[in-house]
Amino acid sequence: MFNRFPNGEGRIQKSWTRPIVTCALLVLAIVVCDCQIGSASPTNKVMAIPAFARKYGLPCSACHTAWPELNNFGTVFRDNGYQLGNDRDSPIWQNPSYFPITFRITPNWHRETAGNQQVDSIPGGGTGSGTVSRNVTQTGFDLSGMDLWSAGTLFKNISFQLLPSSDSTAVWHFESAWVRIDNIKGSSWLNFKFGRFELDNLVSEKRFLFLSGNGGLYQIYHFNVPGSSNDFGYGDNQIGVELMGHNANSYTRYSIALLSSNEGGVGLTNSVTPGGNPASRSFDGNLAFSQAFNAGSLGLERIGAFAYIGQRPTFFQTSQNGGTQLVGLGNEPFYRVGFAGDFFIKNLELLPLFMHGHDNAYLGNGLASNSGPLPSTSRAPSFNGGFLEAHYYVSPQLVLLGRFEKINVGQQADTGNPGNFGNVTAYSVGYRWYPIMFSRAGLAWHNEYSISKSIGIVPESGDGTGLPPLLPTQGVWSSSIFIGFDFDF
Amino acid sequence: MTLKKLAVTFVLGSMALVTVGATSVLAQSHVNSPDPALGTPNVATEESHIGALTGHAASGKGLYRRYCIGCHGQDGNGEGMNAAWIDPKPRDFTEATFKCRSTPTGTLPTDEDLYNAVTRGFVTTNMPSWTALTPQQRADLVAFVKTWSPRWTNGKSGTPLNIPPETAITIESILHGRELFQKLECWKCHGPAGHGDGPSAITLTDDKGNPIRPYDFSSGSRFMCGVTNRDLYRIFMTGLDGSPMPSFADVVQPNDAWDLVHFLRTLQPFKTQETNLWMAYKASHGSTLKPIGPDAAPGAQ
Repeated sequence: MFNRFPNGEGRIQKSWTRPIVTCALLVLAIVVCDCQIGSASPTNKVMAIPAFARKYGLPCSACHTAWPELNNFGTVFRDNGYQLGNDRDSPIWQNPSYFPITFRITPNWHRETAGNQQVDSIPGGGTGSGTVSRNVTQTGFDLSGMDLWSAGTLFKNISFQLLPSSDSTAVWHFESAWVRIDNIKGSSWLNFKFGRFELDNLVSEKRFLFLSGNGGLYQIYHFNVPGSSNDFGYGDNQIGVELMGHNANSYTRYSIALLSSNEGGVGLTNSVTPGGNPASRSFDGNLAFSQAFNAGSLGLERIGAFAYIGQRPTFFQTSQNGGTQLVGLGNEPFYRVGFAGDFFIKNLELLPLFMHGHDNAYLGNGLASNSGPLPSTSRAPSFNGGFLEAHYYVSPQLVLLGRFEKINVGQQADTGNPGNFGNVTAYSVGYRWYPIMFSRAGLAWHNEYSISKSIGIVPESGDGTGLPPLLPTQGVWSSSIFIGFDFDF
Repeated sequence: MTLKKLAVTFVLGSMALVTVGATSVLAQSHVNSPDPALGTPNVATEESHIGALTGHAASGKGLYRRYCIGCHGQDGNGEGMNAAWIDPKPRDFTEATFKCRSTPTGTLPTDEDLYNAVTRGFVTTNMPSWTALTPQQRADLVAFVKTWSPRWTNGKSGTPLNIPPETAITIESILHGRELFQKLECWKCHGPAGHGDGPSAITLTDDKGNPIRPYDFSSGSRFMCGVTNRDLYRIFMTGLDGSPMPSFADVVQPNDAWDLVHFLRTLQPFKTQETNLWMAYKASHGSTLKPIGPDAAPGAQ
């Protein structure tokens, strides 16, 4: 995650010719000298496990279209509980020195720009300074967060995952931690998972190919209408239990999950790090189903649908005259439903997704449900959105990327809001080149440009920072350029 | 020059450089095309035919690079970068010698044999089942695998073995199979109890000189070339080329082969009709059974 403007609005770059030239020369030097060094980069958002490649002797490309995105072979492997179904699955077959762990961090250079930011007319503020709208840009070398990921089998048909993950300042949390009983009663249709895990998304944000501040997330997976107190993100890992099943080649898959209503938080709060609000005592549910079809020489085509039904507290039981929050109360419902696809036309992969979201009026307006009748201007907000992502695999070692995203708020939470308040449009392009894709490690050179336009709100970005515009009708253009080494060892 | 132009120049320049670098590295990691001078089949035209499927080697080449190259190597000779750590060693496609065939020993397998091998995988090796690939992709891979050896140009696949209907599973059949197990000296490799620990087991090597272990029937794992009685019949009537397991097609009659199949099933830790019959027989006649092994007289029971 990139801290776009860690110190407020940041500084306005009037001239960055020199840094750019310096940066360019350094990067060129790195590339020209030797791209085949055995180390390199990625972010804390995406997953790939060369520990498995080391265990089974397969190259990255066996399980990944382009790592970390899984192909169907990788999906089958994952669905089987990180097992290939041969005698090599149980840990007893491994050399005692083998340890299924992988490290990942992304050294990079990036540039972040946002328009229509509320800034002081005189840097530093003071007498005579007012608030004006300006572009704000930051740029420089940086690090992503770090993943320290372990996953595999504890025994035949008992798999696990543990993923401590940090942000770039080494504040750690548990991104994933679960145990899974696989193939219960010998059936691939019955697998039981317990812990914190990614929802069974057909289009995974944890395994996708974009890394930049703007492009390194699916806008729709984290969108909530302006003013809503809902913190739900479909792309965020949740905590609970999951019953999942699939057929032998994972063409048919289903998932039913029962989850705490706290956005995957720990310590009975809604956060994976200290400082979160106390959770309520309720549960959410997620249903997902997908079906793949063999399209002959075109490849494998998959379609799927999902539905998440949840609730969030709108006020809290407090003590000390409201000074301490104890437990979430006043739960109000919301839901997200949608469908997605994963289509291949030979080397071209298309990933469309559509989602409809709806929040209760109290939730959508950030009002406590014990605060009396709703104001006459308050309504239950809804939105529609999605994206179309394209990958072109020039070879297993080179992939070209592109994505278009669009979110429209169908019904504003407050009738006084402009009709397009909160709407988002985003574009991303880039490529990833994998000079090293062995069974021991992977290295990708990643270039990406991403730009988004948000109407009246803070642009959704990797770190969630930035500022809203002065007016709710103003658009904030936010862009990212990202160049870095993505490595996994 | 404006900042925007600089940024664009920087990004495009970086991309161009990387593309140049990528070209050179990709060139190094490409699958080497089989050498036409060796008489190997043409990648552009070689096909496989599995039922209604037609596989194309040209399409299979990319799949081979993605999925297979790590073990089988860029030259198809089984010397991929992981081969050193793999036991048993990956197949050397340049020799076109395959264990799992429906065809007589010494002959080329059918396309369907190769397709079945890719589909099934080999449970006691690192070769996984590739059912996650589409049937077309598997057919394409089969076509490409055939381009590694001139044997596919110069010869044809053997004629698949005709497997007669299975005979009745009786205690007589099992006992006769046990006789054959002794007589054909199967126990020398597979051990008297089928544990893969016969006196010759430790000396066995494949045709590359690599140590190889006989199948352990008591492990309960799948047979290398299938799971059914027909698969087991086929294994010892065709042999596993490239391994010490010979073909018994010339010395065993079909009915005798089925008897041997029925006995071999009793060595596995499963509840089958064969096992039930055998356990009942042993309970009542166990003391009359002569042990299998070097001390057993010919024709011992």
